[in-house]
Amino acid sequence: MPRPTVLSKRSIVKVLKPEPEPASDPILVTRGICKSYRKGKLEVPVLKGVDMQIPAGKLTAIVGQSGSGKSTLLHLLATLDEPDDGQIHFGDRRIDNLNRREKDRIRNQSIGIIFQFYHLLPELTTIENVLVPKMISENVFSFWRNKRRHREKAAHLLELVGLGHRLNHKPCELSGGEMQRVAIARSLISSPQILLADEPTGNLDQENGEEIMTLLKNLNQDDELTIVMVTHDNEIADDADHTIRLESGIVARRIAA
Amino acid sequence: MYKLLLAWRYLKTRYIALASIVSVTLGVATLIVVNAVMAGFTSEMKDRLHGVLSDVEIKSPTSRGILNSDAYLAKVKDMYGDRLEAATPIVRCPAILNFQFRGQMINQQVLLVGIDDATYSAVSDYRKYLLNEENRQQPDFELKESGYDPRLQNAGWEHRRNQVAAERKLQEQINEFRYGKKVEQVKQSVIPRVTEPVDDGVLVPLPDQAPSLETEDKSLVILDSSRPEQKPVAIDPYSEARAPIENDFDPMKHHHVGIVLGMAIAHQKARDPQTGEVRDIFLCRPGDDVQITMPATNGPGGNLRPASAICTVVDFYESKMHQYDASFAFMPLGELQRIRGMISDDGQASVTGMQLKFAEGENLDQVRTELTTAFPPMIHGFQIQTWEDIQRPMLAAVELEITLLNILLFLIIAVAGFGILAIFFMIVVEKTRDIGILKALGAPSRGVLSIFLSYGLSLGIVGSGVGTLLGLLFVININRIARVIEWMTGREVFDPTVYYFSEIPTILNPLTIVMVALGATLIAVMASVLPSFRASRLHPVEALRYE
Repeated sequence: MPRPTVLSKRSIVKVLKPEPEPASDPILVTRGICKSYRKGKLEVPVLKGVDMQIPAGKLTAIVGQSGSGKSTLLHLLATLDEPDDGQIHFGDRRIDNLNRREKDRIRNQSIGIIFQFYHLLPELTTIENVLVPKMISENVFSFWRNKRRHREKAAHLLELVGLGHRLNHKPCELSGGEMQRVAIARSLISSPQILLADEPTGNLDQENGEEIMTLLKNLNQDDELTIVMVTHDNEIADDADHTIRLESGIVARRIAA
Repeated sequence: MYKLLLAWRYLKTRYIALASIVSVTLGVATLIVVNAVMAGFTSEMKDRLHGVLSDVEIKSPTSRGILNSDAYLAKVKDMYGDRLEAATPIVRCPAILNFQFRGQMINQQVLLVGIDDATYSAVSDYRKYLLNEENRQQPDFELKESGYDPRLQNAGWEHRRNQVAAERKLQEQINEFRYGKKVEQVKQSVIPRVTEPVDDGVLVPLPDQAPSLETEDKSLVILDSSRPEQKPVAIDPYSEARAPIENDFDPMKHHHVGIVLGMAIAHQKARDPQTGEVRDIFLCRPGDDVQITMPATNGPGGNLRPASAICTVVDFYESKMHQYDASFAFMPLGELQRIRGMISDDGQASVTGMQLKFAEGENLDQVRTELTTAFPPMIHGFQIQTWEDIQRPMLAAVELEITLLNILLFLIIAVAGFGILAIFFMIVVEKTRDIGILKALGAPSRGVLSIFLSYGLSLGIVGSGVGTLLGLLFVININRIARVIEWMTGREVFDPTVYYFSEIPTILNPLTIVMVALGATLIAVMASVLPSFRASRLHPVEALRYE
């Protein structure tokens, strides 16, 4: 994609809608994202032109009622899906129109994702689950060559999330909070630039949810990791540096923390 | 990396998939066993056919036969040199064999083969199939004192002497009973056998009625002086058929022309109704006399007339091919030529065929073609055939049978393939969420595809590997297994009254085993292709939403 076109478009948008607070450089920028789902002949619009900026090194919460399209937006940010219209820029790259292989690479190496239902692979142990992104990115030989280093890093990450003693347990032997912590460790193994979290506490009790939030906030503060979190819980959203509220498929307003 | 790990973990945890390849395992095992046994049978059968038939046979179906066989053999020798290992002339003709068993005549049609005992063994395995130890070393047509197969008790000279003695004694008793006086002289003869030798060597006379029936027979010498006008009837029923006998012929010491009978002509296997044991029953034994009747001519190419001869059974021939054992009877070539009138006035003897044996590896089909060119059928009237030509219908039938069995059994594995297909679709559905996770973590579609393909491959390898192992174990222990089944069911797997072999012959062909195992693995992989494609095309968002 020729870059000049992209730049000119972006500058026009900037002129029309000046950013109120350029606190830090945005790492993720969306412009006019539209997405609709088809149910038979019926077309259901979910996102109707979302413009937003995710500042680097901050914890950003995307809130909204269910059905407001926040999870869809997160999937688009994670390149798991393609927008019908609009652009997504990650760093200085436009990522919504990349080919499949490059999207796979970005998901694997630059973006960490955690889900509401943890989504661990039940056949693998804790540490193997954490190592999956490494196994995907490297072929058998280089993985075996770097196996010790990778395992050390995975063990260290599990230590970090407080599961240093559970390296060889299967997911079914872990509690929900523990599973989510494994998922966080997994999302960090490739040292991503951004962590996307889809209702990370949605399936947990309050205590576990708070622990996960503390963990995420620590990651954000200590390691300056950019975190984008989708939640329907306003209380959790209050902890974030920024909150983006989605209503009926568009950004309602932006609240400074 | 994750592909192999996941395929391995799926293999270890999905027992239902392992169950789905049981049919692959069984199919592979059955294919290996069936192929090994069929190969064993075929090879054994071919060996025997080949052993009986020699490599190439030149036949002349004319009544005149081949007059100067030596000249033809010399020409063949010229053509092939040392590659022609051996050659022998033979005379073959249909004949009727008569012999007596418990006072009754038994008629059998046989294929009489006149052989040169010095050279015939060189072209075929004739020697190997004889039941006498000495004959197996150096075959001839002399009755032996002993050395016969253990099944053949009371065979040879001792049997003949006992037989003749018992017959003479019985004849004396009969004559005494009928005419009230002793018959001084009982001519040497083949009197209808009225005794039945049993295994312990004791001769048991039959009930009195049996001989009295025989007395109505013309074969008895009537010495009653009250009817002098009647010409005495010879005691020997075959006297007209027999060649002039020297006066000093004593059946105790001499025997007629030797004949080797196919085992199945005079032998039966029967199950003892009481004990269930299988017993060998011989209708006649080496040492007994038989009559043989055949078409003959007065000199080569002369008019046809029947000819008969009395022969003494000197041995049995057991190739274990029932077809041959039930029809072959061998006689010395010269005697047969003389009886059939195949010797012309100038002393030249004709034969009906020549059997040739070539060096190992000679292309027999080519030899047949060359010989047919050298001796055109339109001029010589020869029929030139290889042993495979002669047995073509049987060999073709066996080959067809093997092919069909292989196709059928491979279809079983193909059916198993559809089972794998169904199970794989199930597993893909079950693993939809995992596929979504992998894709969300950056796994390419190709990677997901190869997870399931390698899963299918490993299932195929496990299935065909275990199947191969099972099949090999079965083949190696097949005789033990047959015995266990016999012991459990109390029935013989291969009834010895029907089958000649005591051990099931098997041949393991490594190429067949590899092909079967590879084919089964390929089917498993092919069955997993469709579900794997489906898995790789799953949309990550849809897959993750799936609960």
